[in-house]
Amino acid sequence: MAGTIKKFMFVNRKAPYGTVYALESLEVVLISAAFDQDVSLAFLDDGVYQLKKGQQTKGIETKNFSPTYRALDGYDIEKLYVEQEAMEARGLTEEDLLVDVTVLSRREMGALMEEQDVVLSF
Amino acid sequence: MATIAVDGKDYETDEEGYLTDLSQWNEEVGKFLAQQENVDLTDQHWEVINFLREYYNEFQIAPAVRVLTKAIGKKLGAEKGNSQYLYELFPYGPAKQACKIAGLPKPTGCV
Amino acid sequence: MLHIINKSPLEKNSLDTCLAVAQDGGIILLIEDAVYAATSGNAAAAKLSAAQGRLKICVLGPDLEARGMADRLLEGVTRIDYGGFVDLAAEHKCQSWL
Repeated sequence: MAGTIKKFMFVNRKAPYGTVYALESLEVVLISAAFDQDVSLAFLDDGVYQLKKGQQTKGIETKNFSPTYRALDGYDIEKLYVEQEAMEARGLTEEDLLVDVTVLSRREMGALMEEQDVVLSF
Repeated sequence: MATIAVDGKDYETDEEGYLTDLSQWNEEVGKFLAQQENVDLTDQHWEVINFLREYYNEFQIAPAVRVLTKAIGKKLGAEKGNSQYLYELFPYGPAKQACKIAGLPKPTGCV
Repeated sequence: MLHIINKSPLEKNSLDTCLAVAQDGGIILLIEDAVYAATSGNAAAAKLSAAQGRLKICVLGPDLEARGMADRLLEGVTRIDYGGFVDLAAEHKCQSWL
């Protein structure tokens, strides 16, 4: 597919399972990988909970989609950013997360958002 | 919803023939689904089917073709990690057809 | 009275309002995204701890496990299963802070 490469950012602000936003975002991210664009994922507020290790959903009879974040690397989606303040407010550190991420302050996150061609909000 | 019968047992599938519950899959079901797709299963086919099932177990998704091709190449060698090889095995698409036989859902982003 | 909360304390003010309204001796049950309130390190955990003397705090175990937070439950919070949820709902008047 010819054409210029655009910068896409998916902004994730919701915890998993309580609403369908996290799963919907992940599905669109996987689809977007087919278009060879410059994709970034940003996790702000409760969105950082999406990446928490140790999710076990048998008890709520819902699909555990957290392992899928570890497949993103194979889809060449390697730019994952988490908001530092959100991590702190939830007592989380990078070791608590399923995947390698870059931790950014809110200010840095804002600058990165500004650089994007397209921002998709979840 | 539809069902297929293998060895006297019923298995639920969706309207496109994908198994609804992948935990019900076994090799006999795989063989039956392959027959429906007119695919004669060889060791090379099983290699891909088993790979897909392992991939699904690890990541909880069926991989896109491009991702499958790359991952197969890494695991089974470059001569198998290309779409020509995979399309020879599964003419209607390695992701679509092989996933169906492997009891996986249709890959995300596949129409 | 049984107070049920299902929203994250860092996203909605349900927990704050509930804690302000709930009378002593009441029970707070945290389900779905509200379970995060009862996990150590969460910014809302202190409010919950402060209320522990006058209110009984419960969380729904399956929702805690789904979110990968089972090993972070605050001390003094009671973990219940679906059966326990039904029992609480049957034994008390109920307010859901939707």
